[in-house]
Amino acid sequence: MMEIVLNNTPEYLNTNKASITVSELLSIKNFSFKLLVVKINGTLVKKDNYGVATIKSGDKVQVIHLISGG
Amino acid sequence: MPTFEEIKRVLSNVTIGIAGAGGLGSNVAMTLTRAGIGKLIIADFDVVSESNLNRQFYFRSQIGQKKVEALKANLLNINPDVKVISFDVRLNEDNISEIFSTVDVMVEAVDNAEMKKLITEVFQEKYPNMPLILGNGMAGWGQSNDMQVTQYGSLYVCGDGKSEVSETLPPIAPRVGICACMQANVVLSIVLDPLFKQKHLP
Repeated sequence: MMEIVLNNTPEYLNTNKASITVSELLSIKNFSFKLLVVKINGTLVKKDNYGVATIKSGDKVQVIHLISGG
Repeated sequence: MPTFEEIKRVLSNVTIGIAGAGGLGSNVAMTLTRAGIGKLIIADFDVVSESNLNRQFYFRSQIGQKKVEALKANLLNINPDVKVISFDVRLNEDNISEIFSTVDVMVEAVDNAEMKKLITEVFQEKYPNMPLILGNGMAGWGQSNDMQVTQYGSLYVCGDGKSEVSETLPPIAPRVGICACMQANVVLSIVLDPLFKQKHLP
């Protein structure tokens, strides 16, 4: 189990790994939206880096789904 | 406790950026002008159309005018002392960070989700400490209690996070106005809370 803070809420991820990538997080959480803003510990992660940016226990992660309207 | 005069003095020395002058942006600008914000930097490429009048801060007589010009006239009609720097441009990756480089707080007020993402990425990457306030999810009507402000560090997200504009879920004045006022209210908290050692966020 890995414990992170996802969108200001404690989240327990069912994984044996010491760290996971953003892509793996999105897959675990079933986040299939296209337009996302992702931050790890306050630092922006762009889509090109979803496969390499890693998340470990204790990290604060934000995944914000952007939708049209304004 | 701060007096109303002190609050007004602080607000008059602040510069706020607003990307977009539609349903969110025109109403954020209107309410911030009423609140006494001293300077607004506003960018939009569009012209006022009849379909805008169900929610945007424009009038029938302004149909066909550039939004940034019509908005500036309306804001000056509320407070002739407000400084409005307007840019009649389509925002892109290169010009966003230049146009708004001097603002104290940035408000994202565009309608398109891809542009919201672009603005968020540019500002959070280039100015990670600059407060950025998004409007995200305000189509339809009712469900006022679903509208909320969530803070993620320097990023603030206003709206219900789910109500996307569509043919069956149009943007209409009350809910768009709630979201715009939430964004403006976050601006006031960011500006006033630290000075007066209060915490009214979110």
